Amino acid sequence: MSALLAFKGLSKAFFGVPAVADVTLDVAEGEVLGLIGENGAGKSTLMNMVGGVVAPSGGTMAWRGEPYAPADAAAAAARGIAFIHQELNLFLNLSVAENLFVDGFPKKFGLIDRRAIRERAAELLAALDLDVSPDAPVEDLSPGERQLVEIAKALHRDAELIIFDEPTTSLTPRETARLFEVIGRLKAQGKTIIYISHVLGDVARLCDAVAVLRDGRLVDAGPTAVFDIARMIRAMIGRELSGLFPERTARPSDEVALRVAGLGQPGVLENVSLSLRRGEILGLFGLMGSGRTELARVLFGLDPAATGEVELAGTALAGPPRQRIAAGLAFVTEDRRAEGLMMESPIEENLALVSIARFGRAPAALIDADSLAEEARETAQRVRLKAGNIARQPAKSLSGGNQQKVVIGKWLMNGPRVFILDEPTRGVDVGAKFEIYTLADQLAASGGAVLFISSEIEELMGVCDRILVMSRGEIVGGFDTAPFDQSAILAMAFREAA
Amino acid sequence: MSEALGTDETLPALGPGGMPGAAGARAAGPTGPRRSPASRLARRLGDLFLSDYFVLYLTLAYVLVLIPFLPTLSNPANLSNVLSNMWPLLVVAVGQTFVLTIAGIDLSQGAVIGLASVVGGALLAVGGSGAVLENSPLWGTVLTEQGGPLAGVPWGLALGIAAMLLTGALIGFANGFSVAYLNMPPFMVTLVGLIGIGAFAIWLTQSENIRPLPDSFVELGKGDIVSVYLGPQDEPKIPRRQIYSLVTYPAVIAIAIALAAHILLSRTVFGRYVYAIGANRRAAEISGVPVRRVVIAVFTISAVCAAAGSILYSARLEAGRPTLGDGAFLLDVVGAVVIGGTSLFGGKGKILWTVFGVLFFVVLSNTLNLMNLSSFHIDMVKGAVILAAALLDVLRTRLMRERAA
Repeated sequence: MSALLAFKGLSKAFFGVPAVADVTLDVAEGEVLGLIGENGAGKSTLMNMVGGVVAPSGGTMAWRGEPYAPADAAAAAARGIAFIHQELNLFLNLSVAENLFVDGFPKKFGLIDRRAIRERAAELLAALDLDVSPDAPVEDLSPGERQLVEIAKALHRDAELIIFDEPTTSLTPRETARLFEVIGRLKAQGKTIIYISHVLGDVARLCDAVAVLRDGRLVDAGPTAVFDIARMIRAMIGRELSGLFPERTARPSDEVALRVAGLGQPGVLENVSLSLRRGEILGLFGLMGSGRTELARVLFGLDPAATGEVELAGTALAGPPRQRIAAGLAFVTEDRRAEGLMMESPIEENLALVSIARFGRAPAALIDADSLAEEARETAQRVRLKAGNIARQPAKSLSGGNQQKVVIGKWLMNGPRVFILDEPTRGVDVGAKFEIYTLADQLAASGGAVLFISSEIEELMGVCDRILVMSRGEIVGGFDTAPFDQSAILAMAFREAA
Repeated sequence: MSEALGTDETLPALGPGGMPGAAGARAAGPTGPRRSPASRLARRLGDLFLSDYFVLYLTLAYVLVLIPFLPTLSNPANLSNVLSNMWPLLVVAVGQTFVLTIAGIDLSQGAVIGLASVVGGALLAVGGSGAVLENSPLWGTVLTEQGGPLAGVPWGLALGIAAMLLTGALIGFANGFSVAYLNMPPFMVTLVGLIGIGAFAIWLTQSENIRPLPDSFVELGKGDIVSVYLGPQDEPKIPRRQIYSLVTYPAVIAIAIALAAHILLSRTVFGRYVYAIGANRRAAEISGVPVRRVVIAVFTISAVCAAAGSILYSARLEAGRPTLGDGAFLLDVVGAVVIGGTSLFGGKGKILWTVFGVLFFVVLSNTLNLMNLSSFHIDMVKGAVILAAALLDVLRTRLMRERAA
């Protein structure tokens, strides 16, 4: 196989700080290349150079052996390069067909030829086995279907190189499986694919070759056959990670921290009962739509429940989140951008948000800025936040893992007794994941209790004392002791065992 | 490149002291060791551009440039006039700053000013003429030839002022309630207020002014505390028109309100809640911020500030006037706040910025007046300046972002 795309000594520096340094790599035609590395390792910058979004500050690229230096994104698209981004670039208000043709509508008598669009769109969708009407508005589609529309768009433009950036983040397992099938089909058609992901298992399964970036440099590359996950991790973080999960330091006590009895809400939750003990990390597994996030929201008072009761350390919880926070509940939501952080505000303000009232001094609740700054600094250390000046640096300048630590930190500052973590490691790299697991263990060890909600079954098996499984709003079963049986958990989640 | 690395070593329990992430930290900006004088100058200019005082510098520069062409500009009489125009607008703009900071907008301020003015006038008037007000529903019910119900009553002035502020508070509470509990968009709620309450105020007096008002009230709008005389020392009699107001009641009232608002917004728990709601309302709610109560309080503050502004305006005019906050007045308020740097998208706003924004706006209006432009031209130029301010805000935000990157 010849190289479709070749990098030679490619470099890019921002303000003198290298983001990509001296990368030399061939992407063979027709292969699926896995590109991995921690957040900030330079993956995005490298791909932005391919896409013509940023210009290299050193080195060259070659496309089919000819020099390739795209002036802008349109030039890259014209060469046959398509991006499938994490946040998709679709117009939600337009139909599937309109999205496919948005950059060049076929016309008839100067008007858009709707019939031609619909027919061609139907063909493209059929090629991907996507069973939606070309007329359906994109906003009605699931995340997985939207992604397939994006792929259809790439096919429509005769893309030869398709770059996937974290494509599975918002997909259900079933949608992920379908995506992999589609990628396999694209490969069979001779398309070349660059697949960027934090999910190393997927990379191992899907890719022909792996390239690892660290601190902007290509530190390791090779065929997947000789590239196991341990080697990927080693290359990514530059050291052995003794395990993916920290050693647990606490044992659950017998004291119940959170008791949920008969919680129900028509169409959402059905008779949910559980008890979470002090010192325990209780895992809650479920597929998308199983009601796991809904349960967390009801527990936190964001959504109503028709029946049932919730007790925290013996006192009944009721009312809006404010009252439950006062009782000692904390909730790290799955969507830290929309619900967790004030992205433009400094880290310190984010950390202080939950406990700010505690720093008000009479008269008029004037804030004691010194002790606030002091506590925020201690909290930042406690969660091992990697940041510069926390009083000035905005939250959005942090990597995903560090952003998540800020969210956890703002709750920690309030000294909660029960933590609900909903998908706390989503979009977070391997090293930061480990730190978040460590934090969960510390929370439990210091007398707290953690309800750990996740759709990543491996992490639940790695950090939890017990795992409950939800399906269609119900808790369908539980697993009490490690080692956990992954297939049994999955089967229960799919209700295949029932 | 701009992201801290996820890990740098295996995890022991907790690291020792020192700033977190000393190892993984990186400087927030281009801080190379060698920098040319040109880039240093660029950075200085950037600092100036991003400074809290930028609009103040801009105003001063604007005045300095114009003085050679408009010598009257630096005239003490004119400066005193500029200041007297500034105070009531500042009071109203302070209230608007709170609302904009939670990503809302209060269009009802103008109508609140009109209604509060009518309420105050009707209660405080010390006389009246049926010839003017005979069609008004207030005539014969509240107002008579002897004036309003509070005329001559002990503490009448305080009661009248309290009634004006209460009018604002009630409207503001209703606005806030509609936004916070009925989830209505602030723009619609307050637009309805602007139209409905404005019309109600005009109906009350059939668009006539209520006068005369007591001297004690009028004093609030233009009474001097300290005035200066810059003429010759040996004149036996100083002509009134050569005495310039320096410190006036409106100045003291406006500065006191602005100072209190500054402390409330920047130093208190309430202020933090205001910023949090503007920055990310969902996150604030989940973090336990009493969002609804704060929203109601913010709209109430806005309307009470409008009513306080109405006191100053009515007193200066010596009349209760329903159309006091009409026309392009809202343009002045929102324009001044936004020019100061407060973002229409919420989460970003400072009282200090508003002070400078109001100063700029008042100076701008004043210079346009001195140029003998018609009021149409003045509004056209004002509109263009607001547009420029919006553009400036975009540029400032971009520069700030680049520096953070």
